[in-house]
Amino acid sequence: MDTIEQIAIDPAEAEQIGSAPVIAVEDLHKSFGSQNVLDGVSLAVKRGETLAVLGRSGTGKSVLLRVIIGLETPDSGSVRIHGQAIAGLALDQLGEIRKKMGFLFQHAALYDSLTVAQNVAFPLQHHKKNMPKSEKADRVRQLLAEVGMEDALAKMPSDISGGMQKRVGLARALALEPDILLLDEPTAGLDPISSGEIDDLVLKLQQEHHMASIVVTHDLHSAKTIANRLALLDQGKVVIEGNFEELQKSDIEFVKEFLKHS
Amino acid sequence: MIDHESSAVAGMPPQVREPRIQLLSPPPNSAKGLINQFLEWFGELGIFFWHVVRAAVTPPFEFRELFRQLDEIGSKSLPLVALAGAATGVVLSLEARYSLTRFGAKSLLPAAIVFSVIHETGPIITGLVVSGRVGAGIGAELASMKVTEQIDAIEASAVNPYRLLAATRILACILMLPLLTLAADCCGLIMGWVTQAMVEPVSLHQFINAGFSGADFNDFLPPTFKTAVFGLIIGLIACFQGMRTQGGAAGVGRAATSSVVLSSLFVILADVVLVKLIILFFP
Repeated sequence: MDTIEQIAIDPAEAEQIGSAPVIAVEDLHKSFGSQNVLDGVSLAVKRGETLAVLGRSGTGKSVLLRVIIGLETPDSGSVRIHGQAIAGLALDQLGEIRKKMGFLFQHAALYDSLTVAQNVAFPLQHHKKNMPKSEKADRVRQLLAEVGMEDALAKMPSDISGGMQKRVGLARALALEPDILLLDEPTAGLDPISSGEIDDLVLKLQQEHHMASIVVTHDLHSAKTIANRLALLDQGKVVIEGNFEELQKSDIEFVKEFLKHS
Repeated sequence: MIDHESSAVAGMPPQVREPRIQLLSPPPNSAKGLINQFLEWFGELGIFFWHVVRAAVTPPFEFRELFRQLDEIGSKSLPLVALAGAATGVVLSLEARYSLTRFGAKSLLPAAIVFSVIHETGPIITGLVVSGRVGAGIGAELASMKVTEQIDAIEASAVNPYRLLAATRILACILMLPLLTLAADCCGLIMGWVTQAMVEPVSLHQFINAGFSGADFNDFLPPTFKTAVFGLIIGLIACFQGMRTQGGAAGVGRAATSSVVLSSLFVILADVVLVKLIILFFP
């Protein structure tokens, strides 16, 4: 008979088979001044899974993503990436974890002094120093082709539309082949056609790369399209977590109100 | 200042945090508040400097960005610094000629110009011109990157922004200030000679010989190299003010202004201390 030690699996192996969370957030609290933005948020996302975090504007959705990637320090609670707590890590140690994470900012946050190609090449220039130039150029072309922006290589970010900027931001987020993808309002401010294209793109990338993803959005349609699970945030707390059908069956007044107006 | 709720509604990133200490913001009501504000600003500056030093001495080193900044801060400031140095040489020559002639010491004119330019006017003019051009440039550039989340994007790409943005700019300021001072000194001396030669013919050789008689390396090296400290002050304050900016376009404007005002102020204050130290250690 197997002993407990014999049947125990290491966290990396558990992640591979999808039983251990790649992102684990526990009892996260964060406030700015007197405003409680996150008030005990707990979430877990496994490999190949996409969690959509929904909620009204200003309920701490973006702050949650920023805490997960370490751009904000929580007041209390923990964030574990691949089982490793990120609290208290020096910037360079945190950098090693961030190499496994791709982050799409709400406004894309492209470097305005660099071309589209240079923006996508930025992570490669800094972390793949041994990669030959031609290989880097090929990789940039491939990433831009993946998001349908291969014709915009030499353009400046100011010369392309908001939707295109988000596509480029997505290509940059994928440059280091991350196994975690964090998307902050990927469809906000876009027309329905561009939103649909971004949704399809995220879905395609998810199916191809099997990343653990968290998508922050207030667009229920987009969330339904790209996520396996949804978490609804209100006043810094997770009100409900589950699939869309579970949300629809909920008796919670806020959930009903949110679905009614979405 | 916008509140967090309205920032989120406007679709902006959550930039608004606990209010940062702004040394140039309206002064608090009490003297105690003013002292607290001043000490907190210095405390934050000290922590920022520690982050920059730690990032600068550990690999990977950002040589490409350093060379870009050497060009941006050094080569592109050269015309302005040279012009300011030349104008200073002309003014010094005119003023010194008038004053020395009144006191019957006209023969000391070349030495007065050389010593004034090399000891003080060259270094301080360079420091102030660079703090205006480069301080404002760095402050505004980094502030703009901060409010558009570009600095966060650098960090999210696992690149240390203290190393890439701050350490390279500060180091470039430290390295370029003494070289720019040499350029200002040369232009000042040449224009000082030209101004004098227009009134009373004298060759450059005679002017230089008379000016540098009795001068040694202690008259030349410490005042030139003290500008490396000016470079540290300009780079550090401009990067600090830029990278802690909050509040959109208004914040960018405030960062650019405060970078220039504070770096100029601290350059002048540092000059007072450095002149005293130079006199003490290089008599």
